[in-house]
Amino acid sequence: MPGYETHEYDVLIVGAGGAGLRAAIEAAAAGVRVGVISKSLLGKAHTVMAEGGMAAALGHVDDRDNWRVHFADTMRGGYYLNNWRMAELHAKEAPDRVRELEQWGAIFDRTPDGRILQRNFGGHRYPRLAHVGDRTGLEIIRTLQDHAVQQSITFHMETTLLTLLNSGGRCVGGFGYERERGRYKLFLAKAVVLATGGIGRAFQITSNSWEYTGDGQALAFQAGAALRDVEFVQFHPTGMVWPPSVRGILVTEGVRGEGGVLRNNEGKRFLFDDVPENYRSSTADNAEEGWRYTQGDKSARRPPELLTRDHVARCIRREVRAGRGSPHGGVFLDIAWIKEKLPNSVEHIKKKLPSMYHQFKQLADLDITQQPMEVGPTTHYFMGGITVDGDTQMTGIDGLFAAGECAAGLHGANRLGGNSLSDLLVFGKRAGEHAAAYASNHAAVGASAVGDQIASAIQRGEAPFERGAQGENPYAIQHELQEMMQNLVGIVRTEDEMEQALGAIAGLRQRAAKVGIGGNREYNNGWHTALDLDNLLTVAELVTRAGKERRESRGGHFREDYPDKDAEWGKVNLELSRGPNGAIESRKIPVRPMPEDLLQAIEENK
Amino acid sequence: MSTIDVPLKALKSPPPPQRPFGRTERPDLWWVQPLLVFLGLGAFVVYSTWAAFQGDFYRFGPYLSPMYSPVLLTTRPGWWPAFLPFSAALLILWAPGGFRVTCYYYRGAYYKAFWADPATCAVGEPRKSYWGERKWPLLLQNSHRYFLYLALLFLVLLAHDAWNSMWFMVNGVKQFQIHLGTIIMIVDPILLGGYTLGCHSLRHLVGGRRDVKGGARKKTYDCVTCLNGVHMRWAWFSLFWVMFTDIYVRLGAMGIWTHDWRLF
Amino acid sequence: MATATFRIWRGEGEQSAYVDYPCEVEEGMVVLDAVHRIQATQANDMAVRWNCKAGKCGSCSAEINGMPKLMCMTRLNSLDLSKPVTIEPMKAFPHIKDLVTDVSWNYEVKKQIPPFHLRPPGADGTWRAYQKDVDRPQEFRKCIECFLCQDVCHVLRDHHMHEKFIGPRLLIHVAQMEMNPLDDGNRLEALKDEYNIGYCNITKCCTKVCPEGIHITDNAIIPLKERVVDEFYDPLHKLFKIFK
Repeated sequence: MPGYETHEYDVLIVGAGGAGLRAAIEAAAAGVRVGVISKSLLGKAHTVMAEGGMAAALGHVDDRDNWRVHFADTMRGGYYLNNWRMAELHAKEAPDRVRELEQWGAIFDRTPDGRILQRNFGGHRYPRLAHVGDRTGLEIIRTLQDHAVQQSITFHMETTLLTLLNSGGRCVGGFGYERERGRYKLFLAKAVVLATGGIGRAFQITSNSWEYTGDGQALAFQAGAALRDVEFVQFHPTGMVWPPSVRGILVTEGVRGEGGVLRNNEGKRFLFDDVPENYRSSTADNAEEGWRYTQGDKSARRPPELLTRDHVARCIRREVRAGRGSPHGGVFLDIAWIKEKLPNSVEHIKKKLPSMYHQFKQLADLDITQQPMEVGPTTHYFMGGITVDGDTQMTGIDGLFAAGECAAGLHGANRLGGNSLSDLLVFGKRAGEHAAAYASNHAAVGASAVGDQIASAIQRGEAPFERGAQGENPYAIQHELQEMMQNLVGIVRTEDEMEQALGAIAGLRQRAAKVGIGGNREYNNGWHTALDLDNLLTVAELVTRAGKERRESRGGHFREDYPDKDAEWGKVNLELSRGPNGAIESRKIPVRPMPEDLLQAIEENK
Repeated sequence: MSTIDVPLKALKSPPPPQRPFGRTERPDLWWVQPLLVFLGLGAFVVYSTWAAFQGDFYRFGPYLSPMYSPVLLTTRPGWWPAFLPFSAALLILWAPGGFRVTCYYYRGAYYKAFWADPATCAVGEPRKSYWGERKWPLLLQNSHRYFLYLALLFLVLLAHDAWNSMWFMVNGVKQFQIHLGTIIMIVDPILLGGYTLGCHSLRHLVGGRRDVKGGARKKTYDCVTCLNGVHMRWAWFSLFWVMFTDIYVRLGAMGIWTHDWRLF
Repeated sequence: MATATFRIWRGEGEQSAYVDYPCEVEEGMVVLDAVHRIQATQANDMAVRWNCKAGKCGSCSAEINGMPKLMCMTRLNSLDLSKPVTIEPMKAFPHIKDLVTDVSWNYEVKKQIPPFHLRPPGADGTWRAYQKDVDRPQEFRKCIECFLCQDVCHVLRDHHMHEKFIGPRLLIHVAQMEMNPLDDGNRLEALKDEYNIGYCNITKCCTKVCPEGIHITDNAIIPLKERVVDEFYDPLHKLFKIFK
């Protein structure tokens, strides 16, 4: 049996995106030994892809904004299935997290009076997103990365966990491998923070990179933690659709925030026809008003393009299905039209949306200052995830914390754009703080306590090589799973299709058990793909099971056979966990009643 | 200089060995550009050296060759070294010459075209050792800003020459006329202005050295930045024009060129 | 559907060599698509580093037909497919396997550079900064750390001076702090004596390969060189400072 290296920390952080880095910084500030595992190189995590901005009620652009409005917006966007405590903390603490970034070297775009500029975004009542052009995520991750490396934190780049380790009902570390030389690594820790991001790779059309195979969710599930809201997958309305090789790459909501409009092939702004009841009073009813809103007119209401992502995505799908789509199966997103309004529109677009301009220019030979883009929905974000305590971010397992996209609660049934970056920082910080506190009060365990768990992880790691290149091709299984999930558990779901999907997942699971790979453990992408399959299959099954159970349509979950919201389902969260025999068990957890003050915040912002 | 050569960080294992000179996977004609630069700069250096040593034929009517302006002396002074032929150009040409030699654009260009250091991007180099601009004599490149001060002065002088080129002696009286040569003499300081005012050192001096710039400073900085963006183009056009102007004046003074057409 | 040949550098250390792979190509494909297709069907264990596939993370750096480029942003229709397309790993860093190199040196050197240091707040207790002043450091913060500039820089690539020179990527990292109006750190002496900015001979290859279009040489390195001149080489400037 191959050997392994051992590393001991007080707090082990799994993931080096926004949440992981923020947690690491906070834990290190508490004076404990911190180790960070990152599946890729530092600074490459999916946070880098966030474009539009980070929501925080700073009130720099519109002083009517405050945490109560932000809270109410988040709750409404999430169809009130959110963990309201998290939504409250998030709205209250996000402004401090933004200012703190600036003090660590981030350079946000500025207001004329020299403060941090904020922009409009879907579902946010006031301009609220602190941003840097359309590369806010890059700014945030680079700032955190540069700050974190100066603290006493040990980084393990290109390292992946195979399993979490349990001892005496506590999570005491993890076991995994590093990519470069394929060495196994044992991490012993008093507390573990999962910050592994999303599950986008379970779908074919996605804005997520290869890393997002639901590792944290699957590891926590296998370890016995509960997951909630997993039926809610966000399909971002605007991903690229052409050429085929770039299908799914994100087109920021910022395009619409800057005045971009969605049209079908008849040239009609189809979103005006379908504004949900609870947004009708705050949505513009003509093009002129919508334009004024994007230009900062406080008396104007927002254009329908800035409705919540779930709604816009479904409307786009409907247009395409009805034959009113663009040539390559999307709709048109037009920012070039603003030349009617702005004499210097070409420079304006390039300045405000530089990476969108280059993305289309380079990948699609299209000049967005002159021509409309073709866009369609793409798998973007996972609202569901590991159930955590709102204040401490601890999961159902002692010593195991989760933050960021892999945790659930803040976003409910649908996430507002811009709330993910603030989520990462607010709850990354909390997770780091509480994990450090937990670690200070608990003793470490030795490797001997988890010896058999290590042995079985190594066995699992070695199995694909034993079957060799003649085994099942891991890439083929992954592709089939993605295609199947896209078709059967995608943006619109039915009972039959999800039933079919569960069957397909079972079949793929059997094939995954026979997956084989040639070569050796040194930087072997095939091996990594093979080992990620388990996690992908686990989250795919969880999403499908929960989706089948929730017989209504709400937020990121839309059922053709139950197209309306159901009041009863609006009162419960679905929670899934692993039963004693390994099967998935589900429970309906009633939404906790909200304190009077928060209810009032919602009421006053109706 | 106490901390020089503090090692930063060694690589954990050696990178791939240095490739031999000219070795690359580039399929394009990568050697064309350095060759053109070599020929262009080489031609100028050869011509200007020759012209500078002539010591004659630098005035033609009201025109003065930019390679000789300003004329500080017209006759050989006593202290002039015996081995050196006398030429007024030698007294002043070091200033604009030094400005170009230390110019950030030309430096990059001639390091490539004349030293092959590197010949061009991602192509193997002939030498193993490398000094960069860290040591003598290349440390002198840092004097660029002093040459800039002189170049700004020369700009005024050459503008004055352009003014003079509009006044022709007719029957002992100065008369305002525009000839072909006048246009050539006017274009010269304009191109030199575009080049000099887009200088990297000037950009630093007018605002680049400050992180926060007030309104007027910011405007000036933006103007210099704008010219600086096409510094290479100004460098070549102005270089060519100086040579061309000298040729025009020289041919006229030698009586070879007799068609200095009057435009009005 | 047409077929093109991709000549990919395979192996580890001494045992590395080019291997030709035929691959079907379609409209709109980028080099990384072709590499993925080859990996999924012909070479399961091929090592490739990539993440976002949208030119935002800077992971898939390689040398395509001899020039450092991001595989995800190099469209096949920009290449001559009648001849084999060569894809090699970067040359300025130790090779790990196939197309992957060990870029950890960049992270370690960056850690040695004094980080951002916040200046004291203004009179109103806040930190104001204006767009016209932050435009300049913001350009450098577009950097996605693909390290293509480090790869093409002959000081690192050919002369292997990693122990003396920090390379263009880290020079713009210094520049974004030095030119940030909210930073009051001073890294000029280190620039001259430790990072040896003087090794840069302004050949601008870094600017040429930057996928973010950052004007590395003109906007970062040369202005830093000028600041070093101010501080250490300009006698007039020194005199001026004494009288001030």
